[in-house]
Amino acid sequence: MKRFIGFIKKEFYHIFRDRRSLFILFGMPIAQILLFGFAITNEINNVDIAILDSSKDAVTEEIIHKISASKYFSIKQFIEKESDIEGIFKQGKVKAILNFEKDFSKNLVKDHKATIQIITDATDPNTANTIANFVNAILQKYQKSLNENLVVAYQIVPESRMVYNPELKSVYMFVPGVMTIILMLVSAMMTSISITREKEMGTMEILLVSPLKPIQVIVGKVFPYIFLSIINAVVIVVLSIFIFKMPVQGSLFLLALESILFIVSALALGILISTVSATQQTAMMISLMGLMLPVILLSGFIFPISSMPVPLQLISNIIPAKWFIIIIKGIMLKGVGLEFIWKETLILLGMTVFFIALSVRKYKIRLA
Amino acid sequence: MKREKVIQVAGLTKRFGDFAAVDAISFDVYRGEIFGFLGANGAGKTTAMKMLIGISNPTSGQAQVAGFDVFTHAEDIKKNIGYMSQKFALYDDLTVRENIRFFGGIYGLSRERIKEKSDALIEELGLQGAAHKLVGALPLGWKQKLSFSVALIHDPKIVFLDEPTGGVDPITRRQFWEMIYKAAHQGTTVFVTTHYMDEAEYCDRVSIMVNGKIEALDSPKQLKEQFQAANMNDVFLKLARG
Repeated sequence: MKRFIGFIKKEFYHIFRDRRSLFILFGMPIAQILLFGFAITNEINNVDIAILDSSKDAVTEEIIHKISASKYFSIKQFIEKESDIEGIFKQGKVKAILNFEKDFSKNLVKDHKATIQIITDATDPNTANTIANFVNAILQKYQKSLNENLVVAYQIVPESRMVYNPELKSVYMFVPGVMTIILMLVSAMMTSISITREKEMGTMEILLVSPLKPIQVIVGKVFPYIFLSIINAVVIVVLSIFIFKMPVQGSLFLLALESILFIVSALALGILISTVSATQQTAMMISLMGLMLPVILLSGFIFPISSMPVPLQLISNIIPAKWFIIIIKGIMLKGVGLEFIWKETLILLGMTVFFIALSVRKYKIRLA
Repeated sequence: MKREKVIQVAGLTKRFGDFAAVDAISFDVYRGEIFGFLGANGAGKTTAMKMLIGISNPTSGQAQVAGFDVFTHAEDIKKNIGYMSQKFALYDDLTVRENIRFFGGIYGLSRERIKEKSDALIEELGLQGAAHKLVGALPLGWKQKLSFSVALIHDPKIVFLDEPTGGVDPITRRQFWEMIYKAAHQGTTVFVTTHYMDEAEYCDRVSIMVNGKIEALDSPKQLKEQFQAANMNDVFLKLARG
């Protein structure tokens, strides 16, 4: 035990004396969570739009007023003729233009029908789509208020409710993802680098010739990173609760246990990577390409898995991060207990055991 | 007086597939002896040594190190040997004292013993001014000497040195060999691989490996007579050319 403590002390010296690893450990998680939380967002807020109002009557004025009153849009300018539309899009100043037809209010009264054209800049298709939907919603609401006193014979009124994230805040989606990435990065990359560093420097050989057992060496190398990853997880959760008002509906204890499980699986992957790489550079490249990219692209963090082609959907199943994201979204946003996420937990546990077994085996082969 | 055998090797073999990296070597090493283990690169020196220090499993044969069998008691062997690799592996980002403390710690030395050892060692190496400097900042020669002292920190019966003088200047090499003599004089057996033939002259006995086999084993004097050579370099060349 005393040997083990000495070993861990040495490991902390390594970490705290290396600015680069300190930055990866503590600077990056905070930078990432703030970056994802503030800068990268797919919410619609104050989108600049332009208005082409050929009627300028009471109804169009009211609609325009309603649109500019919503927090989603801000009216950047009014244009006078249709030929201006293209120019204004090309300048890229606005994302959408609302084009009211001539005699809008007159048509509405006379024909019970008036047209408004929503032109969106679809270079960013998701945003364009959302803008169109939001404008539609505002128009529907207005239309409904016009018909309030009227009895319509048949009417289907869709009433949608967004549960678990009623304000559709994208930070709710990013926090679990960022947490997953950071835990993966810190645990897998840092351990694989620190183990290969010992190999590169030749100290691994000295350790193996010493009375320390290989398993003690590995546990000693990995232990500090378990500890630091847990601190990181706490920092991320605290930041998201206090800065982004991210709710944690479920049990914090369960969240902690699941996080530790994921950390251990990532550490096992890190050990596995260190057994196949001879240099720190290789370990870093394998960690980045082999772990980070799949985590970002295939875990459902940014791109929904259900809209991927089937082969990619199948591949996503072997990515531990996918299951962890489902688990922590469940706990944080839906407040579910283990009874709803036991299947995912079991999968993650199975993967962890598999990675540990594989890395122990690989490690032994290398020694023989 | 019968001399105590601390390493006994008989028919030790290591195969990688069809290739025998070490092909049935046999030799004994006596207590307090400086045993030179020579051979060209790729002759099998390092593989043989790895089997003796318990980090590589032999394919067949027998070997006892410090009285323990390499097949069944590798863990006991590890407690009784010291090892210094050709990289003088110490932790560059730890200070001299921290390195000594760490390696003393993994060999299970008590805190008081480590303190005692560190003070003695730092004084002996003349490192008083550098005890709190990072090892990475030390010149190579100092690192090498420190690395050797650290390998001896738990007073092992045998110390294995894998090409311990690579890349250091002749004066430092000379000083280093004085440290080796001193250790041997105090009863530590020194098992050293090298490809500097002038260093072979310093050994009590040398073995020369060619293609996985030990082709010659005797004192440098006897070997020079046997091969009618002026120095060990000529002995080595004659053997290596077959």
